[in-house]
Amino acid sequence: MSKEYEAVIGLEVHVELNTKTKIFCGCSTAFGGSPNINVCPVCSGMPGSLPVLNRAVVDKAISIGLATNCNITRNSKFDRKNYFYPDNPQNYQISQLYYPICRDGKIEIETENGKKFVRIHEMHMEEDAGKLIHNTFTGETYVDFNRSGVPLVEIVSEPDMRSADEVLAYLDKLRLTVQYLNASDCKLNEGSMRVDVNMSLREKGTEKLGTRTETKNLNSFKAIKRCIENEFERQADILDAGEKVVQETRRWDDDKGYSYTMRSKEDAQDYRYFPDPDLVPLIIDDEWLARIKASQPELRDEKKERYAREYGIPEYDIGLITEYKELANIFEDGVNSGADPKKVSNWIIGETLRLAKDFETDIADISFSGKNLASLIKLLDEKKINNTIAKQVFEHVFKENVNPVEYAEKNNLIIKTDTGALAEMVKKAVAANPKAVADMKAGKKKAMGAIVGFVMKEMKGKCDPAEVNKLVMEELAKL
Amino acid sequence: MYSSKEIRNLTAVELGRKIADKEITSVQATKAYLEQIENTEKSINAYITVMAEKALERADFIDKKIADGEIWSNLMGVPMAIKDVLCMKDTLTSCGSKILGNFYPTYTSTAVENLLNAGVVVLGKTNMDEFAMGSTTESSYFGATKNPWDLNRVPGGSSGGSAAAVAANSCAAALGTDTGGSIRQPASFCGITGIKPTYGRVSRYGQIAYGSSLDQIGPMAKDITDCAAILEIISGHDCKDSTSADRDDTDFTSSLENNVKGMKIGVPKDYFLDGIDEDVKTNVLAAAEKFRELGAEVEYFDLGMVKYAIPAYYIIACAEASSNLERFDGVKYGYRTPKFTDLNDMYKKTRSEGFGDEVKRRIMLGSFVLSSGYFDAYYVKALRVKALIKQAFDSAFEKYDIILSPVAPTTALKIGESLSDPIKMYLGDVYTVSINLTGIPAVSLPCGYDKDGLPIGLQLMAQTFNEKTAIKAAYTFEQSFKENLRHSPMYE
Amino acid sequence: MQISDDMIKYVAELAKLELSDEHKEQAKKDMSDMLEYVNTLNELDTSNVEPMSHCFPVANVLRDDVVTNSNDRDNMLLNAPDKSEDSYIVPKTF
Repeated sequence: MSKEYEAVIGLEVHVELNTKTKIFCGCSTAFGGSPNINVCPVCSGMPGSLPVLNRAVVDKAISIGLATNCNITRNSKFDRKNYFYPDNPQNYQISQLYYPICRDGKIEIETENGKKFVRIHEMHMEEDAGKLIHNTFTGETYVDFNRSGVPLVEIVSEPDMRSADEVLAYLDKLRLTVQYLNASDCKLNEGSMRVDVNMSLREKGTEKLGTRTETKNLNSFKAIKRCIENEFERQADILDAGEKVVQETRRWDDDKGYSYTMRSKEDAQDYRYFPDPDLVPLIIDDEWLARIKASQPELRDEKKERYAREYGIPEYDIGLITEYKELANIFEDGVNSGADPKKVSNWIIGETLRLAKDFETDIADISFSGKNLASLIKLLDEKKINNTIAKQVFEHVFKENVNPVEYAEKNNLIIKTDTGALAEMVKKAVAANPKAVADMKAGKKKAMGAIVGFVMKEMKGKCDPAEVNKLVMEELAKL
Repeated sequence: MYSSKEIRNLTAVELGRKIADKEITSVQATKAYLEQIENTEKSINAYITVMAEKALERADFIDKKIADGEIWSNLMGVPMAIKDVLCMKDTLTSCGSKILGNFYPTYTSTAVENLLNAGVVVLGKTNMDEFAMGSTTESSYFGATKNPWDLNRVPGGSSGGSAAAVAANSCAAALGTDTGGSIRQPASFCGITGIKPTYGRVSRYGQIAYGSSLDQIGPMAKDITDCAAILEIISGHDCKDSTSADRDDTDFTSSLENNVKGMKIGVPKDYFLDGIDEDVKTNVLAAAEKFRELGAEVEYFDLGMVKYAIPAYYIIACAEASSNLERFDGVKYGYRTPKFTDLNDMYKKTRSEGFGDEVKRRIMLGSFVLSSGYFDAYYVKALRVKALIKQAFDSAFEKYDIILSPVAPTTALKIGESLSDPIKMYLGDVYTVSINLTGIPAVSLPCGYDKDGLPIGLQLMAQTFNEKTAIKAAYTFEQSFKENLRHSPMYE
Repeated sequence: MQISDDMIKYVAELAKLELSDEHKEQAKKDMSDMLEYVNTLNELDTSNVEPMSHCFPVANVLRDDVVTNSNDRDNMLLNAPDKSEDSYIVPKTF
């Protein structure tokens, strides 16, 4: 009979920081250019070149550390991790083993089972490797050092997670925190956030940790979930058969839906870590820490609380809006421009998310201003446009961040306040739709739509349907 | 009109003054030294690369600037040689190794850049022990350099090419580098003057690293005045080197003073116990007494920690070297083996064919002391011992302005003599390595000659960033030694 | 300390050096001799001494986050033993 197991999961998360330059040289971190154009003697490992630390990397690392309740190491150092591989131009990676920048943090997560803390063991700064491009035709590998030296922080959790849901909650919380801090865009599919899953099983109710595996190459939250479920089954089968789990590094194949061995313990690397003599210690004093603390932006949990308190919008709305820093920015910008919070919220969780889906826009890339959304709402409130027109205009706000007033005026979309003309049109409509009028009189209220629709069509939408309704009723009463 | 010989008989500073005064042109000076290179290279092999054409072009350019009334420094137009460990844009920079036998950097080391900005003319790149690992200049891929005093002897190392070139007068002055004595010991063996500056004084940017926490660039020249002038030019803060010191006390020529009155000089008794040549001992102790005559207070004391310096040094230097030299892998530059089966095979063959025996020996030792299970016992232990050595020096410098010692226990060794027994060779570094471990500055200058007429070097150490004190002591001694100073037979 | 064949093989693999049988014996001897020699450090009690990486107290050498380098690919690739138009080429890693 098979036993009942519990998963014990810890994560190693690499986050690429969004500084302008690399961690140890003045090369641009711009992404997606032609190979080897953002490369200098330092980040291509030329002899005699020397690293000099980028201040912004330290600022961002401290900022993430503070937001995840870590202790900031006041006297931090860099070490060399030695291993030969062509994407690593010096054949050592500059990292932090002995004195990482942050230690002993924790993040609160919430799942269906309630709230809990996941502890962070440590967080360190290091340099990214270059890219290897495989040419299966020639059987050669091409090396591109554009990414070599791009700053990373690696956030190592304690093995505190027990399920895929907890893992996803932790990752989502971490992603949002880092995004809110403007330290990284955290895109799993583009590799600016990379997750390695360390996992072992133990019998429920026992304390002793089992042998763990590490799984790499997880490019989406979905892949992580599947991988954890798959690894649970795999390890459970091994344990049920009375065999032992092998400590190894595995690679997830998302197409095939399973993982396979990359490296086993036998050929585990001996990295020969030692303090990098080319870099001096990093001493974080009170002043530095205070400066970062003072410039910490409001994080999601704080925002959620404040939105509820200050704006009184529903929790559901708050959840969706604060899911992305970009949406929260638009929301606050809109409210600060004088629009009603609930109305702004409706436009964000309604039209905005719908358009993002339709146009396949990454939500993090949405960049229209909340001020423009506020003036659109104002046009509506003042009945200068109707809902249909508003949606049309909003599409342009969404795509091109147009000023709604200018746009509506330029395209002649503003409702004419000429009531005389409207009254004329209503008379015309009543005259042209005798059947609808007869139906109305017979009590078929639905028939109203035909008359109002006629007016709206004739007026090319530039009128307020409520106003039209009123005039039609008055006209009918006269008959 | 000066003859080539007369030009070469000037020191670098004297030559610089005459060039500035338009008595001699930089082209004439450059030709005079190129001529001497022609005369001496076949016998001593001091250069890996001689840049005759480039040097003359540059000298001509400098002469035009001088004609326009521009004076960039007191060494403007002076022809110098550069150790091949320092990168120079578009110039072969081999580090004495096959693995960099075809490497043309796209950048110039900061120290050389500073010289170029001062108007110095570069004659060529000098020979050295491969990757600066050695004390004989025999391990160069480009053949051994011979000592101009005796062609059967080594010039010392690793800056043996620079020392031999200065001693043979085939350059007005040179740059060397010093990780465990590589400026001071060849200066001693070749009877010239050299300074190993305080760690951080001269930017290491563009210096191909051996032991990063120990490496330092410095001048090698005909006298202490030239050394001070060169050091003044090459030192200073560099934002490309995190370990570069940001200080403004770099006016070293201001301390060229003939005065040691009241200066406190300590002589470590434990440096004169065993393994030291009688002639070296006699001459160095005589130099100490000379200082007393000149008005200094000389005291003999026990420094301590002497026998632990070499083991600590070799562990640290080799550990750092094993990592620094990982980048030589046949991927980005330099040699790649022509035949290989896969990536790992390419790495191993490239490195095994590209590095010489001494380099491989140190890489192996360094990789071992950093490896899992041995790191604490060897590497961390050595860093603790380094702290103790630093303490010993700090407490000595509480009492003394200068610590005086020999540079090496012997004068120049015969070629081949030390190759068979590496540890014996390492023991020759007993007086020099502590200076690198503690980061302090030291001058090496001639103080006498042994029974075979070979030069003996005197080492004057000062506390961190106190180069000026060492320069002042060296200048004062040099003035008193003028009558006795000899040149190598090749000098003329 | 005696260095075994396995140890020499292991260290050579870490250092990416290929040693012939003859070299291997020499390397074993050199390393054993050297380790024996450096063991003199064990005469010193260093239990209360902090390891010293840098000789003087320098800290916080930092650069501003400003792009200073430009594309020098063509010159840098001139030194490469094997290259394409825009990349270094190495034996396959897949």
